[in-house]
This record gives sequence, structure tokens and C-alpha cells, in this order.
Amino acid sequence: MSILHHPDDATLMSYAAGSLPEALSAVVVTHLAMCSRCRAVVADMEMLGAVLIGDETPAVMDRGVTRAAVGTSVADLDDTDDYHRSSGGDINGPITRLLGEDLDDLHWKRLGFGVWHYPISLSETAGGDLRLLKVAPGQVMPEHGHGGSELTLLLRGSYSDEVGTFQVGDVADLDDEIEHTPIAHPTDGCICLIASEERARFKSLFARIVQPLTGI
Amino acid sequence: MSDLLQRIAESSDADAFAQLFQNYGPRVKSYMMRQGADPHTAEELAQETLLTVWRKAQLYSGDKGSATTWIFTIARNLRIDRFRREKPWQELPEGRDEEPSNDTPPDEAVSERERSARVHAALNNLPSDQQEVVALSYLEGLSHSEIAERLSLPLGTVKSRMRLAYQKIREGVEDLQ
Repeated sequence: MSILHHPDDATLMSYAAGSLPEALSAVVVTHLAMCSRCRAVVADMEMLGAVLIGDETPAVMDRGVTRAAVGTSVADLDDTDDYHRSSGGDINGPITRLLGEDLDDLHWKRLGFGVWHYPISLSETAGGDLRLLKVAPGQVMPEHGHGGSELTLLLRGSYSDEVGTFQVGDVADLDDEIEHTPIAHPTDGCICLIASEERARFKSLFARIVQPLTGI
Repeated sequence: MSDLLQRIAESSDADAFAQLFQNYGPRVKSYMMRQGADPHTAEELAQETLLTVWRKAQLYSGDKGSATTWIFTIARNLRIDRFRREKPWQELPEGRDEEPSNDTPPDEAVSERERSARVHAALNNLPSDQQEVVALSYLEGLSHSEIAERLSLPLGTVKSRMRLAYQKIREGVEDLQ
């Protein structure tokens, strides 16, 4: 897979630090499953985290090693933390974990002419917005800008805009400086995973899809 | 540290674990407190981080990254999960299944140590404004927007400082590839 568009290094760094908002992190991990370049970058950024922890002034521990606790081993682990599990080369691993089902089995909700979406729920405390967007072949999206940070990962098909063409695995890492008018691939259309840091800004785009410009 | 983990993985060596605990427990606790956890919660999270290391030591393999990186990622994910109560989508290095490379150096532990030392040197050489955003991101757990707010800077400036910091780190290790 030849991926041309990667998340910004600043985005990957925030992800490695564990400080990227949940919705954006979900998009990054889905991209990482497809992109060895970014996996290597994140590994170095995690090493930076290790260096920083090593430099921390040690705090005083109230308790030492509990010998009883040390009696357990990996076999006893209640491994319910699915999101920690390996995506082991399965590029669909993260997206399946996100959706809880296969991309092909989703019940899409129609948003407007030629556009469907599928909202994905986040933790209660998380801000932002995460959803899948499916766009019909050749469909033009209304021109729009972006509030805060927004990540778009192509899962199927492709789209083109003022920046270039985005294909499967590519990420558009956008902020408020960019306005664009994406057009879905003329025969394949596209499916993207979109995360926005700010929920409200996202809604303005949807409002324009739901009420397309008429009477031109 | 890799040697200690090796002993824990291969023979469930409790003394090796005690050493690892003494070294990292207090630092992980300090990390959790920097993130805003009270001392009691920080202690619990530090204990849990180190116990996870003990329990999962068999899954750890030295060729997938350094031992200290592994400990950091466990602490980071626990912090997101328990303290922020969000899903840590971040994967632990053990979950990454990189294809083995033919030119892998024979002594991987040494090269990881060297890499870590280079990252450390590059970090110390960063201009203070870049060190500041890195610390706020990694140690205080602030998002780019939160850092921008804290420092009264445009979001773009925060991102470009992060980007520059990473470029210096990368320059520090690129001849080790």
C-alpha cells in the first residue's frame, strides 16, 4: 500500500504522549495498522516518553512490591482490554474494534443527497466527534473549513480536493487554516473515518449536506 | 533494564522484579502525579503499571523496542484508561508485529540503549520553548489545544514547536536505522 498523506508529526507526537483527544487517537491507530512509516515514527516518540519518565524525580512509594501479587502471571490475566490487543498485521483490526462489526455490515444513515454517515460512540468524558462518512461516486461536498483539529482517514475509494488525491490509508490532517471542496472518486466513491476535536464545527458541514444549495 | 525484564520473562525472577520496581515505581508514581493524580491514585496506578510489567513480561520481546519504552506505554495507557476514563487506543509495543528485518543488529539491547541515549541527548539540546511543549504534552497530558490555551499561543505555533522537537529527535537517531 503506498500511502502519500500521513498525520502531522505533531499529531503523532501527541498520540504517542497519550494526549491526543480520543476521537483523533482512534483515527491514528487505524492509520498505524496500515502504515509502517508512522509505526516507526511513533516508536521513537514513545522512546522519548520513556526518557522523560526516566528523568522524573522519584516519588516516595507508600508500599513496596507485594509478593502475593507477584504470584500471578500472564495466564491469569483477564484480558478484557480489547483495545490493547495486537492488530498483528491485520489492517482491519482497529476499525473492527471501533465498530464492533464489519465495515460491510453497517446500517448507514442517510445524511443528504449521496452522503451517508455512521456515528461511533466515544467515552462519556471524551469531547469531539467520530464517525464514518460514505460518499457516492462523483459527489461534491460543500466547501468547508475546520475548527480545531480534524483527521480524515480513507478506508475505501478515494477523493480529491485542493490539496491532492487521498486514497486508502491516506490521512488528511486539517486545521482551521484549510478550506476545501472534496469530490469523491467518480466510480468508487469513498468511505472515510473522520474525527473532529470540536463537535460543533462538524455539525455546520452536516447542515450544509442536509440542506444542499438549491436554486443555482 | 532489558536484562531485568529478560530475567522476569524467562524465570519469573522475583528479585529482578523488585529491582525494576524500585527503579520505576517511584518514577511512574511521579509521572501520574504530574498528570494530576492525587498521591493515593498515583500510587495505585504506579503499582498497577509495574504489576502489568510482571504479568506480561513473557509477551515482551526485546526486538520490539526498549524495556523502558514498554513501561512508559503501559503507564500512559493506564493513565488514559483509569485517570482520564477514556479508551486508550494507543497500542502497546508488544502488539506491533513488524516484519523481521534482515539487517537487525545481533545485539539489539545495545542498539536500543544507544538509541535511547541519543533521544535523551537530543531532548536535552532542544530549545526551551520546544522542551516546554514536549513536557506539557507527555508529562502533563495536555492536548495541543490545551497547551495553546495554557501558553496563550496560536494552535499552529504549538504544533510547529512539537514538529521541530520531533525533527531534532529524529536527526539524533537517524544514522542508527
